Amino acid sequence: MSTSAVAESPVVPGPETAYERPNYLNAVYGVRSWLLTRDHKRIAILYLISVTIFFALGSLFAALVRLELLTPEGDLMGPDTYNRVFTMHGVVMVFFFLIPAIPAVLGNFLVPLMIGAKDLAMPKLNLASWYVYNIGAAFTLWAIANGGVDTGWTFYTPFSTNYSNTYVISTALGVFVAGFSSIFTGLNFIVTIHRMRAPGLTWFRLPLFIWSHYATSLIIVLGTPVIAITILLVAAERLLHLGVFDPRLGGDPILFQHLFWFYSHPAVYIMILPAMGVISELVAAFARKRVFGYRFVAFASVGIAVLGFLVWGHHMFVSGQSIYAATIFSVLSMLVAVPSAIKVFNWTATLYEGSISYQTPMLYALGFIGLFTIGGLTGVMIATLGIDVHVHDTYFIVAHFHYIMVGGTIMAYMGGLHYWWPKISGKLYPGFLSRLSALLVFVGFNLTFAPQFILGYLGMPRRYWSYPPEFQVLNVLSTAGASILGVGYVLPLFYFIWSMRYGKRSGDNPWGAVGLEWDTPSPPPTENFYTTPVVTHGPYEYNREEVHNRMTTEATLG
Amino acid sequence: MESQFPLFPDSASALSGDVDLLFIAWSAVSVFFTLLIAGLILYFMVRYRRRHPEEVGASERAAMWLEIGWSVVPLAIMLAMFAWGTRVFFQLYRPPKDAVEFTAIGRQWMWKVQHPGGQREINTMHVPVGQPIRVTLASEDVIHSFYIPAFRIKQDAVPGRFTSVWFQATKPGTYHLFCAEYCGTEHSRMIGSVVVMEPQDYETWLAGGATGKSMVASGAELFQSLACVTCHRAGATGRIARGPALEGLYERQVKLADGRTVIADDTYIRESILTPTAKIVAGWEPVMPTFQGQVSEEQLTELIAYIRSLGPVGSAPAGGTGGPAEPGAAPAPETAPQQNREQP
Repeated sequence: MSTSAVAESPVVPGPETAYERPNYLNAVYGVRSWLLTRDHKRIAILYLISVTIFFALGSLFAALVRLELLTPEGDLMGPDTYNRVFTMHGVVMVFFFLIPAIPAVLGNFLVPLMIGAKDLAMPKLNLASWYVYNIGAAFTLWAIANGGVDTGWTFYTPFSTNYSNTYVISTALGVFVAGFSSIFTGLNFIVTIHRMRAPGLTWFRLPLFIWSHYATSLIIVLGTPVIAITILLVAAERLLHLGVFDPRLGGDPILFQHLFWFYSHPAVYIMILPAMGVISELVAAFARKRVFGYRFVAFASVGIAVLGFLVWGHHMFVSGQSIYAATIFSVLSMLVAVPSAIKVFNWTATLYEGSISYQTPMLYALGFIGLFTIGGLTGVMIATLGIDVHVHDTYFIVAHFHYIMVGGTIMAYMGGLHYWWPKISGKLYPGFLSRLSALLVFVGFNLTFAPQFILGYLGMPRRYWSYPPEFQVLNVLSTAGASILGVGYVLPLFYFIWSMRYGKRSGDNPWGAVGLEWDTPSPPPTENFYTTPVVTHGPYEYNREEVHNRMTTEATLG
Repeated sequence: MESQFPLFPDSASALSGDVDLLFIAWSAVSVFFTLLIAGLILYFMVRYRRRHPEEVGASERAAMWLEIGWSVVPLAIMLAMFAWGTRVFFQLYRPPKDAVEFTAIGRQWMWKVQHPGGQREINTMHVPVGQPIRVTLASEDVIHSFYIPAFRIKQDAVPGRFTSVWFQATKPGTYHLFCAEYCGTEHSRMIGSVVVMEPQDYETWLAGGATGKSMVASGAELFQSLACVTCHRAGATGRIARGPALEGLYERQVKLADGRTVIADDTYIRESILTPTAKIVAGWEPVMPTFQGQVSEEQLTELIAYIRSLGPVGSAPAGGTGGPAEPGAAPAPETAPQQNREQP
């Protein structure tokens, strides 16, 4: 089925020549070999480069927002500039970083490895997805270079269709096109997970990372077409004045919100479900223990994917929808919190009687559990109607979703990168520095966003360029936290790049972790496995002998 | 509002204490579970730290009672909170019968407030303490959101429809009025204040300001000048009337030509003025022209105030040239038409 590049020599080299043996990085050289590759691992690296650029760009916009909010007066930039800056922050971070980050980088790299396959089912589609992502990104970058867009990442009508004088259409087209890259990846994962599992790898022997990517792919494939249609309607309305959303032509601006959130709420789960998959892997690997309640955690992913489609109206409690509709959406939103709670409790229970090491990926994972718990609980608070009315569209909401997206998704993404970096690069990164960066991210994050909960309950609305002076102290704290957070994010960029050239060789399995991805050399050969693995038991089965045999080097990360 | 570094907002409406109680209860639950998880993680991290590089964790002991426990307990807590939160929400959106009617119309980038007596303000809203006030919201351009943090209320103002919100101020003072829905360049300057006054101070304030006509009076004038009156003639029946009479119409059931029944509320009347063919009253021809583009949002609210003031056929119309809604004449200027409406 897989037609990806096949290694010339099927000979299995001995371990003593480990670093001379061909792997996906040294198999072929040259720019062409990268840009035309069909190897899922190389495509993952291409995605890693792309999303890192967009993460840096989105962070730059975030820094500008935080600097402007240091003082109550609007002084660093004008209001129009500020509106563009926070819009571009949202658009870039959501559509070009958070949504693709874990699936397209870690998922692309690991899904075939974890199920014992040579590649994804459709390698050309996989490469196409990266190109489509970049075409979408180019539209958006063009809009940014020409002055940006000021609608907020939510593109609410009729502001976006009839009032904004900025580059709405090109940005919208960028998001529209990038959506196809998500769909390609999602389709590829679904087909691959169904059809290409190694012999003996039954559904309940799959790592939870695969379960969560499967659930994510379902959301991507079912939800993304809706945002595509919605965004196309916005562009068409702007160009042709169709009157779908314009009340003066008989349209309904609230209809846009229904369509937009029908995708964009599940999109939150596109961001957080893969993160949950990463955390399950990390907790198991660093507690050396099977994930507690495996089946509950697996079905919780599917439950979240299904229920996630039924809660979009909680973004519209004060938009003028019927109070009865609001009631239904409120109770459904609470139901979706149950599978999330199940996951948090099961991860915590996995630590019980584990053998816990505090290596960098685990620090990120434990940070994730804490921050996701806060993000989730505040999420249920704002699903409570009586509270949402007051805090809706305030900094309470801003703090809540950053706890989920930054405290959740980015913590997991960073944790995953640190965990699989030896697999990806075959190199180790500095232990002390990486732990320091994990600590800086955790402290900086909390200092940035915890004060925003208080700001929100005090009533500071979001998307304000200037604000009443009594809100200043908390905003200063938040900006100070953001600068610490920034340092925490910049450090890994440097030591990962440094490690590629100067890092110690990691050996095949520096963690003593189990899982098919660790049953093959690091970095893996182009065809992933020299012989097709046969699976005889479930994931995460740790015993002393196994760990001894697997640990090719001491886990010397510090 | 005096403090330079407040940690909790002013609480100044009849329901703000209820919202705060709900919020504090939820916060306590959240803090409890966060500390529980964080405490367990920290304890396990120390208790089960790896002591030997090749050490592994114990094999799992599955526990169905735990799985069910930590699914059902959070669910039960959430459902209880849902019920409580929904009760507060319904209170926040169901105005009492004796609420007086204000309007606030959002436009880029100001709030235009109109009192029942016709007084207009921009970005400021003077209200008496203790009086329930229902604010009808509309927008002339994009979506705005009418937000008074000290009252814990918020409602979007959406172009093309009416929405409403109500409050009863309990503490004199000056409070923020914000636009909470992003609306363009000057979004963060679409802010103002709500000035809560003792009733007698409010009366003095009303009397002192230069006043226009009451909303009902302005609506009555519009009813004449837009020639609504030629078809919707009071008390007219049979052939001389080309449209249904509007006396006693407000909030009554109306039978439509297609068999449906609707309640003649603000939204219905608004639609009937702007898109008359959308819902044709049973027994009438669809001959009314549209008034789209001819009446502003403010004029719409004035027309509706007038229609609301029209009692049932036969009783004296309350609008006319001022009447009971003359500013400064009565403590709660809009109560007279309301009483009219409640007559059998």
